[in-house]
Amino acid sequence: MHADPAGVMTGTHFLDGDHACCEGALAAGARFSSGYPITPSTEVVERFAARVPTVGGTFIQMEDELAASIALQGAVWGGAKAFTVTSGPGFSLMMEHIGLAVMTETPCVFVDVQRGGPSTGLPTLPAQADMMQVRWGSHGDYEIIALCPNSPQECFDLTITAFNYSEQYRCPVFVMMDEVVGHMTEKVVIPPPEQIEVTPRRYTTLPPDEFLAFKPCEDLVPDMPRTGEGYNVHVTGLTHDERGYPDMTPAQQDKLVRRLQDKIKKNVDKITLYEEEQIEGAEVVVVSYGITSRVAQRAIELARKQGVRVGKFRLITAWPFPEKQIAEIAAKVKAIVVVELNLGQMVREVERAVAGKAIVRFVGHAGGSVHRPEDILQTILEVAR
Amino acid sequence: MSELTELTPQNPVEQFLRMDRIPHIWCPGCGIGTSVNSFAHALIDAKIDTRNVAIVSGIGCTGRVAGYVKQDSFHTTHGRAIPFATGLKLANPKLNVVVYSGDGDLFAIGGNHLIHAARRNVDIKVVCINNLIYAMTGGQTAPTTPNDVITSTNPYGTFDAAFNLPYLVEAAGAVYVARWTVFHVKQLARAMQEMFAKRGFSFIEVLSPCPTLYQRRNKMGDGLDTMKFYKEVSKIRNGASTKDVALTKSGEITVGKFVDRERSDYRELMHDRLLDSLGDDYVETEACSCQ
Amino acid sequence: MAKGSVQIVVERCKACGFCVEFCPTHVLALSSAFNAKGYHTPYMVHPEKCSGCDLCGMYCPDFAIFGYKQPAPPKENAAVAAPPPAAEIKEDQDAR
Ligand SMILES: Cc1ncc(C[n+]2csc(CCOP(=O)(O)OP(=O)(O)O)c2C)c(N)n1
Ligand code: SF4
Ligand code: SF4
Ligand code: SF4
Ligand SMILES: [Mg+2]
Repeated sequence: MHADPAGVMTGTHFLDGDHACCEGALAAGARFSSGYPITPSTEVVERFAARVPTVGGTFIQMEDELAASIALQGAVWGGAKAFTVTSGPGFSLMMEHIGLAVMTETPCVFVDVQRGGPSTGLPTLPAQADMMQVRWGSHGDYEIIALCPNSPQECFDLTITAFNYSEQYRCPVFVMMDEVVGHMTEKVVIPPPEQIEVTPRRYTTLPPDEFLAFKPCEDLVPDMPRTGEGYNVHVTGLTHDERGYPDMTPAQQDKLVRRLQDKIKKNVDKITLYEEEQIEGAEVVVVSYGITSRVAQRAIELARKQGVRVGKFRLITAWPFPEKQIAEIAAKVKAIVVVELNLGQMVREVERAVAGKAIVRFVGHAGGSVHRPEDILQTILEVAR
Repeated sequence: MSELTELTPQNPVEQFLRMDRIPHIWCPGCGIGTSVNSFAHALIDAKIDTRNVAIVSGIGCTGRVAGYVKQDSFHTTHGRAIPFATGLKLANPKLNVVVYSGDGDLFAIGGNHLIHAARRNVDIKVVCINNLIYAMTGGQTAPTTPNDVITSTNPYGTFDAAFNLPYLVEAAGAVYVARWTVFHVKQLARAMQEMFAKRGFSFIEVLSPCPTLYQRRNKMGDGLDTMKFYKEVSKIRNGASTKDVALTKSGEITVGKFVDRERSDYRELMHDRLLDSLGDDYVETEACSCQ
Repeated sequence: MAKGSVQIVVERCKACGFCVEFCPTHVLALSSAFNAKGYHTPYMVHPEKCSGCDLCGMYCPDFAIFGYKQPAPPKENAAVAAPPPAAEIKEDQDAR
């Protein structure tokens, strides 16, 4: 399906990442957002608050992030595409409702413009230190999808992808920005609506008496009912059966939680997005994502000038982690250098996927600024030697 | 259908219950089920399109109401039924959104959401089953527990002040505030019916026995004894000042309709403001629908 | 002849006594017999006094009884009062 023209600001613009993300949400069909102000993410909803009344929809500023992260789920069950936007401390408060969205298979999008932590940390400065929190922050076993844009253009594009994935797989999807990407201004091309693919909500075509709200289709994802149409659906965060009724037995727990994971795991090839460059014949491959990938690019170019055969692998989906691709690279190269704006998060996944088949070196940074390309270069040269 | 079916009388409340989930989990003499009868009667008497009635609950014994009422029903997280309901209502204004939850859920962990929803005057109807205790977790002190009551976390008696719910909710901005007990089944049904007709944040406090964890531990008898107690000590004072209706362990229970006033609700206020500022650029939505 | 009657689904009853206590014409009493869960369930001691007002139904927290206008042929009443097959009584679990 094509995007609703009402939300698409076709043209070439100069936008920062936060504003581009907002335009992506509008283009994807988001017509509801509930938020709570927090630097450096607020600009996304400020723009949404200004734009959405002219498109047809609602922004509401809630009393805290607990409220923001569940009001949007109410809106989704009310029929809207909805998202919320936050940063570190607010993201911590949202954790319980990530679990709710997973358990109730509520399609929704969370944007986290990462800043330095722990706690209040560095409100105005960047980090990429919520990468494990987004994966594991809520209790219980689950899978989510997380995307990492590295430019305002990608903030636009990947926010649309996030909405599309959330509708397709009925799970919360995360756009993991960072302060630098959020605040950097660049050219953003917004295509005409007929060139923007938008995944519609998977509403059931069955009548209420034949419909089971949590009975999966072939792709392991159930279709959704419309609220207020006589489906009398029951939606609960308790372990439930295909009718949606609580069924708190080990057998049902196993069946449900496995399906919630499998609907993502079994579609991992369709979900995984990455960018690679000169992997063939490389001795060293640099793995990075988000803003860090742009600094790493500089280091890669400097290393190539010094004769090192360096490949680049950029995670676009951090979760599900592109395990297969990293394992394949590990079998071919001498070393993998992982660069991220934290003290060691995604590198653990890389090490797991590499499983000893190549050297893994980490170039970390506690946040507050981006890396210096020289630091990355130095590590590349060390491992290449 | 067969002749027998036509002749067999039906319990009128069953059409609003998920009968495939009955018997329910509530204890003997628990008042939550009784309140559900009043709610079902209100649905019948209100003569509204019940397909549009959605129930949102938090977590607790009362939170389980969402699972037994045959409506679109959402059993959310502890304390967060109101913000969920806010999103549901704003995205789909044709829905009649009812929040049905416990005193701890709505006033402790969810207290901030409640006062803000009342302040904004979001058009949701809140039914608070007040058993004066955290029941589901085993009888701990709630923000409603009166002084001197023994609870599992105040084993020597509570000493910190309880909220006077109608007073708090009125001050926060609710347009309709009433209190009944589950003894007052008919008045409660009527109040719920009135609430359906109201636009804006409406609130009914329903005192209800938790014989298992409140009355028994405090030597106040069982469910029936509590119902008799409600009958004996309740005084109907419609229009009473909410300031004067605080509860004590064994004193008078003032019941009645305390507040019934008009105030533009959140959507009306939003609509008027946006229309005023944006004029023709304002795109009004009856419902957001992602095709 | 009574103006009303009640139907009781015996197996749902938890013997709280609300219906007995608040029937305005004192039609009901708890019987000495018990249901499968061991509760003494109500029966009509004074069926002739029943108005069919359904106050018992409004009080019953377990949806086990309701009153209706019109006299009931006694045999139908008995049919409804029969316990359902044991398999239908499924305990839900508590979640704390
Ligand atoms: C975030 C969170 N904290 C604590 C709990 C445990 N919990 C479940 S119900 C409940 C209290 C319920 O009390 P109330 O709202 O009065 O409902 P009642 O059981 O009395 O009807 C608590 C603390 C929880 N489920 N979630
Ligand atoms: S514990 Fe109390 S509130 Fe919960 S079902 Fe039992 S009597 Fe009712
Ligand atoms: S229907 Fe009315 S009169 Fe008859 S038993 Fe029930 S409460 Fe009593
Ligand atoms: S009110 Fe219901 S549960 Fe209580 S005794 Fe009567 S029939 Fe049984
Ligand atoms: Mg309680």
